[in-house]
Amino acid sequence: MFRVIENRMIVPNIHLLEIEAPAVASEVRPGQFVILRVNEDGERIPVSIADWDREKGTIMTTILTIGGTTGDLAKVPAGADIPTVVGPLGNATAIDMFGTVLCIGGCYGIGSIYPIARALKEKGNRVITAIEARSSYLFYWEDKLEKVSDRIIHITRDGTKGFRGHVGRILEIMKASSETIDRIIINGCTFLMKRGTDASRPFGIKTIVSLNPIMIDGTGMCGVCRVTVGSNTKFACVDGPDFDGHQVDWQELLQRRKTYVREEAVAFRTSRCEEHRTKP
Amino acid sequence: MAEPQKKKLDLNRREMPKQPPEVRKHNFGEVALGYSIENAVREAERCLQCKKPLCVSKCPVEIDIPGFIKSVAQRDFTTGIKVLKEKNLLPAVCGRVCPQEEQCEEVCVLVKKGGQIAIGRLERFLADWEASQETVGIPEIPPSTGRKVAVVGGGPAGLTVAGDLIKLGHQVTIFEALHKLGGVLTYGIPEFRLPKAIVNREVDYLRRLGTEIVPDFVIGKTRTIESLLKEYNAIFIGAGAGLPWFMNIPGENLNGVYSANEYLTRMNLMKGFLFPEYRTPIKEHKQVAVVGGGNVAMDCARTALRLGAETRIIYRRSREELPARLEEVENAEEEGIIFEFLTLPIRYIGDENGWVKEIEYLKMKLGEPDASGRRSPIPIEGSQTKLSVDAVVCAIGNSPNPLIPATTPGLTMGKKGNIVADEQTGKTSMDRIWAGGDVVTGAATVILAMGAGRKAARSIHEYLCSLS
Ligand SMILES: Cc1cc2nc3c(=O)[nH]c(=O)nc-3n(C[C@H](O)[C@H](O)[C@H](O)COP(=O)(O)OP(=O)(O)OC[C@H]3O[C@@H](n4cnc5c(N)ncnc54)[C@H](O)[C@@H]3O)c2cc1C
Ligand SMILES: Cc1cc2nc3c(=O)[nH]c(=O)nc-3n(C[C@H](O)[C@H](O)[C@H](O)COP(=O)(O)OP(=O)(O)OC[C@H]3O[C@@H](n4cnc5c(N)ncnc54)[C@H](O)[C@@H]3O)c2cc1C
Ligand code: SF4
Ligand code: SF4
Ligand code: FES
Repeated sequence: MFRVIENRMIVPNIHLLEIEAPAVASEVRPGQFVILRVNEDGERIPVSIADWDREKGTIMTTILTIGGTTGDLAKVPAGADIPTVVGPLGNATAIDMFGTVLCIGGCYGIGSIYPIARALKEKGNRVITAIEARSSYLFYWEDKLEKVSDRIIHITRDGTKGFRGHVGRILEIMKASSETIDRIIINGCTFLMKRGTDASRPFGIKTIVSLNPIMIDGTGMCGVCRVTVGSNTKFACVDGPDFDGHQVDWQELLQRRKTYVREEAVAFRTSRCEEHRTKP
Repeated sequence: MAEPQKKKLDLNRREMPKQPPEVRKHNFGEVALGYSIENAVREAERCLQCKKPLCVSKCPVEIDIPGFIKSVAQRDFTTGIKVLKEKNLLPAVCGRVCPQEEQCEEVCVLVKKGGQIAIGRLERFLADWEASQETVGIPEIPPSTGRKVAVVGGGPAGLTVAGDLIKLGHQVTIFEALHKLGGVLTYGIPEFRLPKAIVNREVDYLRRLGTEIVPDFVIGKTRTIESLLKEYNAIFIGAGAGLPWFMNIPGENLNGVYSANEYLTRMNLMKGFLFPEYRTPIKEHKQVAVVGGGNVAMDCARTALRLGAETRIIYRRSREELPARLEEVENAEEEGIIFEFLTLPIRYIGDENGWVKEIEYLKMKLGEPDASGRRSPIPIEGSQTKLSVDAVVCAIGNSPNPLIPATTPGLTMGKKGNIVADEQTGKTSMDRIWAGGDVVTGAATVILAMGAGRKAARSIHEYLCSLS
């Protein structure tokens, strides 16, 4: 059993969960994830670890409510226990002295890009963090991100903060301010990662994405998380989740993520979460 | 109490009642229903109580077979279960899933006359009888030796090691990656062949014996073997062979193409058949093809059938070479699974939404026997054929997961990704580390995994006793 220390909605539809999981907290490195289960009959879902406190033995996750399980998770009160928190799973994001690194985060990825930016900064890189949201009120953790970034860039669909548009504009923005980018790392929804990758492709900048296919065990046992990278099949949970975005077969990933849409609609309708039924 | 009397040979092997195929193909309840007391006693009375019982020689854990059978014949079930449990921690499991026809029962003296004793069924009977009693006895545990053992993996191998060592007074902790113990018994073998209540009961028994159980803990990720070595005197690795193989043919990543592990895990571990009450979805398909011919393939096909699909087994050799247990093949046939023999998929074809809609396959013919002793399949040129499907389950095999070896550089590995361990003791190339079960042999059987666990436990015990 794992105690939920804190659970609150930090912006509409995104919950910040702090969970007591000492074994995970003591081993975690940036870019890794856990698999959670909300109750005994619950589904296993992967979520990235957005921060941790090794001394307290806790981890933090930022969770976007989109379906049955994330809906159930949003409802767990602080002080309650959830049955499964297993990890840290996957490989850590490669951290090295790259030069100038552009970290891009959107939706839950605004949270999970944070420890990556922090580690890159500690390594001595120039860190530029770009966060994207539909509107300015959906940004969170800006203060935390500012502390570990040399520069922070906001992009909003409605233009209420920073640049207007979506992440596809990012290299144009970089060029305008004469930044030379040595590496790009993107965390967040599949579309965001794909768009960022498409944008960087013409510039040939190495772009690392944290893939989010459907998963069950997270240990390489079931194979549901397979993705095509280059021309090889990889299991995202053990070979990833980070891959070179320019090698990823995005079409296949987007398709595979749709496998259970019909069933998920049923799960969502029967979700125990009453107040967050509006899809973002 | 009637002593079994010297009477003329009774070759009439008692049948075990089963749910009729028409009924069982619509439910997930157990197929075989078990002996009644009368039937069990009758069956037990047939045993000749051989002085040098051949049957025992072929049981990987050397159960005193005539001994427990005699107790059944005498209706002394309490003694019977005790005899069984001396050698086998999981009789309710082995009685159901052991390939008895090629082990104990294969060499029973009565086999030549076609009347071999139904050893497995009797074993199951006793275990079920015990479970039906109010209390299951707990053996007395000697005082703690203060020695600590870490067991990695809660499958049959790990459970056996834990059970043996805890009974010797050592402190045992089992680390399991999934949220439930049992290994393949829990996530792989379906409910209709092995009810999960049985596995839970056995795990619970271990817990009551004082075993510490830590689920949701992945060795190699949450903690390394190296770090465990600092805290434990000895480590046993029983991580199984859980890495699924694919054929690397075009279209394998289409939606609707599953590994057997995914399909079975959704069903068994996650209870997909109870969706949406249980939250993990499983698709209901109309036409399912299962590729492979082993127990795993039979389990997948019979699962798909129960979810309402017309189901085919696609196997590249003929019926004779099927590696699955004959009993399971017959069950599958009775239930209406269609067998496509001598067929080899070469490509999966998808629809516009990325869902599999057809298999393209080649017809095969049988050639000379290969290394496995079975006749090898040879493709017939120009025999490409297509078959409509809406799901494919790939059940062509598994190998050990590389997580532990990748994080334990000192372990000597075999060619197939298996951990190399001594056959008699389970000792690996590293000091204080033992291994056994599928992670050493590659995918094998429950009883072999348990046998390996038993040998390793013995060797670990010797080692622990040697510590001053
Ligand atoms: C490595 C990794 C890290 C992730 N990190 C985060 C995170 O930090 N915060 C966050 O909010 N989300 C994260 N996700 C996505 C998250 O796992 C899914 O949103 C979640 O599983 C949806 O479950 P649901 O029942 O609420 O929604 P559903 O209604 O079941 O699904 C909604 C959509 O999510 C996808 N999905 C469904 N089940 C899974 C599954 N088991 N694994 C992955 N995707 C699935 C499907 O494409 C589906 O269309 C991560 C995914 C991966 C693989
Ligand atoms: C579908 C199916 C049907 C079968 N039918 C039969 C049958 O009828 N009869 C028969 O005799 N055999 C059958 N088998 C084979 C039999 O189940 C296996 O040989 C047996 O379970 C092997 O036992 P094990 O303990 O070595 O490994 P497993 O049962 O595989 O258990 C290994 C355990 O270790 C855990 N683990 C793995 N890695 C880690 C890690 N890094 N950290 C922590 N835990 C870890 C796994 O999650 C798992 O729980 C079948 C197998 C399958 C898949
Ligand atoms: S454990 Fe298996 S081989 Fe041994 S007696 Fe029982 S059924 Fe036979
Ligand atoms: S070989 Fe057959 S008849 Fe003889 S003891 Fe064993 S089970 Fe009984
Ligand atoms: S989630 Fe099962 S293999 Fe990756």
